[in-house]
Amino acid sequence: MIHQYYLNGYYIVLDVNSGAVHVVDKLCYELLENITPPMGETCPQELLDAFGAEYSKEEIEKAYGELYSLYKQETLFSTDDYEQYAGRMQNSPIKAMCLHVAHDCNLRCSYCFASTGDFGAGRKIMPIEIGKKAIDFLIEKSEGRHNLELDFFGGEPLMNFPLVKEVVEYARAKEKEYDKNFRFTITTNGMLLNDEIIDFINKEMSNVVLSIDGRPEVNDRLRVRADKTGSYSAVMPKFQKLVAQRSKDKDYYARGTFTKYNLDFANDVIHLYEQGFDQLSVEPVVSDPSCPWAITEEDYPAIFAEYERLSKEMIRREKEGGAFNFFHFMIDLNQGPCAIKRLRGCGCGNEYVAITPDGDIYPCHQFVGQEEWKMGSIVDGSFDYAMKDKFSKANVYTKPACRECWAKFYCSGGCNANNAQYEGDILKSNTFSCELEKKRLECAIMIQAALAE
Amino acid sequence: MEHVKTLNTKNLKESAHKGGCGECQASCQSACKTSCTVANQKCERK
Repeated sequence: MIHQYYLNGYYIVLDVNSGAVHVVDKLCYELLENITPPMGETCPQELLDAFGAEYSKEEIEKAYGELYSLYKQETLFSTDDYEQYAGRMQNSPIKAMCLHVAHDCNLRCSYCFASTGDFGAGRKIMPIEIGKKAIDFLIEKSEGRHNLELDFFGGEPLMNFPLVKEVVEYARAKEKEYDKNFRFTITTNGMLLNDEIIDFINKEMSNVVLSIDGRPEVNDRLRVRADKTGSYSAVMPKFQKLVAQRSKDKDYYARGTFTKYNLDFANDVIHLYEQGFDQLSVEPVVSDPSCPWAITEEDYPAIFAEYERLSKEMIRREKEGGAFNFFHFMIDLNQGPCAIKRLRGCGCGNEYVAITPDGDIYPCHQFVGQEEWKMGSIVDGSFDYAMKDKFSKANVYTKPACRECWAKFYCSGGCNANNAQYEGDILKSNTFSCELEKKRLECAIMIQAALAE
Repeated sequence: MEHVKTLNTKNLKESAHKGGCGECQASCQSACKTSCTVANQKCERK
């Protein structure tokens, strides 16, 4: 399977199964539109006839010959040999956890998928006993995995900062005994950041996600306090301070959400960059389609155009200096994740779980509060292995739409929670998410083509 | 080649045989939390 597209002056051919990306000329591109494998060594007469008016016989034969050599190297029309591996990591150890330390929030963002912090189940703060039990659970269920990830999430996790500190200390104390390496991350709206907390985060958290949507008027339209006033002016200086003091060997993202209200979201990406952030992620809102800010099908063309605009802007800045990193355009064509990882995707419900303040276990943070997806409890020790098994089998070969999709080794089956929310089935891909992902991927690869010149 | 420039030097298939150690980051732990992207993760073994 190949995927060929033209973008920003580049004729790009992705060989799906080998992962090879070829930048070709117009002649090769047009030839490929007319070639169906298997390829023969000699250029078919039909191609010579079809393109003879525009190109010489020698040119066509030379271009065809180059394509044929790629074919022989198995970087063009390469075969799909991966299905044999699809089941290899079923029922994995659990190695990543989203710890919902506070189902409460000091903001009332209109679009919050967690119902402004409480996930629809009342405002709650996680007791320390639950936090420690979660660490014990993760150590036990991780079996032989060395690297364990724990994301302090909410609501707003800093509303329970004493627990965050104590859980980190508790986990660190167990690392040596159990031969584990904890990587902590925290996702915060920044309202409660102070010097002590900034120091702690910069020391202990391998990654910190700073929630802010971009331009003041964009941020303050939806990211508001209970009294409806905006949060931008309160959090921006704190985020800037945190990032300025953060070691370069640790990750962070200034992470925004875009909605129907700011389909020109590239301006928000650039705004965040201009405020001193160079690790950026601005992502489409997840919300009920009936909400006025929800992104709907009619918005696709504008969003696609905006991704293109952003990618061109990034190329320009990369070449002229002042480059920044945009999460959804990150791609390493040589050193990315292995094929096994790409088959299996996000791992939610199998190697990744979320724990609520009450100790309930869910497949991931997006499923929290939906009783039918509850997997068990770290309090009473219950755990639904049948549900874990179901999630473990969610891969690009068990999702019908993914099998035939050129992007399957990049999005790896997409978001199971989105599939469940919008399509009612974790194995049924959400078309909207797919179209956006494919566009982002086309832009990401095109950026690589442009920077390779 | 005159008509083709290949951007990558490694074949994804090579990674299948020795891959799957499971030590790399869960994709949703990095930044997204709402939209899965796996190909932008790093391999722990590189």
